[in-house]
Amino acid sequence: MSTLALFRDKLAYQGISLGVVAMLASSALVFGNRLTHEAIAQAEARDLANSLAQVLPEGSSDGDAGDLLSDTKKVGAGETAVTVHRARKAGAVTGAVFRMTERGYAGDIVVLMGVDADGRLLGVRVVKHAETPGLGDKIEAAKAKWIFGFDGKSLGDPPPGRWAVKKDGGDFDQFAGATITPRAVVKAVKRGLEFYAAHREEILR
Amino acid sequence: MNVRTIFRDGLWDNNAVFAQMLALCPTMAVTTSGTNGLGMGLATTAVLVASNVLVALIRNLVSPQVRIPVFVVLIATLVTLVDLMLNAWLHELYKVLGLFIALIVVNCAILGRAEAFASKSPVMDSALDGIAMGLGLTFALTLIGLLRELLGSGTLFAQASLLLGPQFSFLETTVVPNYGGVLLMILPPGGFLVLGFLLALKRRLDVRLEERKRRPAGADFSPQEA
Repeated sequence: MSTLALFRDKLAYQGISLGVVAMLASSALVFGNRLTHEAIAQAEARDLANSLAQVLPEGSSDGDAGDLLSDTKKVGAGETAVTVHRARKAGAVTGAVFRMTERGYAGDIVVLMGVDADGRLLGVRVVKHAETPGLGDKIEAAKAKWIFGFDGKSLGDPPPGRWAVKKDGGDFDQFAGATITPRAVVKAVKRGLEFYAAHREEILR
Repeated sequence: MNVRTIFRDGLWDNNAVFAQMLALCPTMAVTTSGTNGLGMGLATTAVLVASNVLVALIRNLVSPQVRIPVFVVLIATLVTLVDLMLNAWLHELYKVLGLFIALIVVNCAILGRAEAFASKSPVMDSALDGIAMGLGLTFALTLIGLLRELLGSGTLFAQASLLLGPQFSFLETTVVPNYGGVLLMILPPGGFLVLGFLLALKRRLDVRLEERKRRPAGADFSPQEA
């Protein structure tokens, strides 16, 4: 014990002990990562498959959820490239699912949207947001029915000028006390439809 | 140190939130519902016990000059491991708590216990201290969470089955159906308000207990009251 106490005050001992701790810690992390890597990837794939299934009606693809995950295509260039998941029936694309991001009241709102081959909306879900609980979070499917109002809409229905919340002269409801949040979601969905229209050929190929 | 004192300290006298006023950052952030508070408390308890045991094991090897960086590295490693394991094997819970797990690193209560207790005590005592402090923290977070949830959304333990499994769905109660809710209680100010009132209440209880102890037995009823 006394020899240890002598050693402990040496500068070299302190440096080496710090080094040893850092090394042990990083090897523990490497080991932990190895151990959990696969399970985490599986859980995330399952999450994605679940949310994809929410915006595509049942039977829009003849494969299972796994095919939807693997049949992807990067559309657009550079930073703004969007990964599009495609549902196929007998080889032809029947629906495309992709994400759009728009700035909300508090940080980014990420919208997942499913579109059929003609550009009509099959479903929209908000998958990530940090809006005010109780006011802005009515955009979640679990909290309110508002998000289902997009089903069946397309770029021509309502006409482009009316793709906005009612306060801005559009067709979509806003919430009492929260206009910025639904405005951002409407904008994201509209932008998504425009993106689909611009790249339709490429996505359907 | 005896077990009784350790548990009394952790749960009440020296409670991490209500007495030491540590861990306030996660306290304000997660206690928007009883379930969140409970989950955060249990995750923190796991980290606290593990870090206390490790620190007590190496307490003679670490020289006092570098102890703080060593403890910080240990705690950060443990938290990252808990984060990975929750993500892999309790994914549903991770989606609820994910953001807050990383907050455990900055939870002063853990470094505080390593410094104040585990670095000077044997392994067994340190493990017990970790359990007691962790349970005290869980109690505090759950209580604050329940009060904020009740006032803010009119429910108790909403989504508890996500955290504890479907057999615990009986915990989920709606106290006031179709309750508009006091939004303020869910937002950060509500956390400060509830904590403030609870602290005042604990003070009052402690003063009462102290008085009762000082007065001789049988003298509780003074003639004026009779």
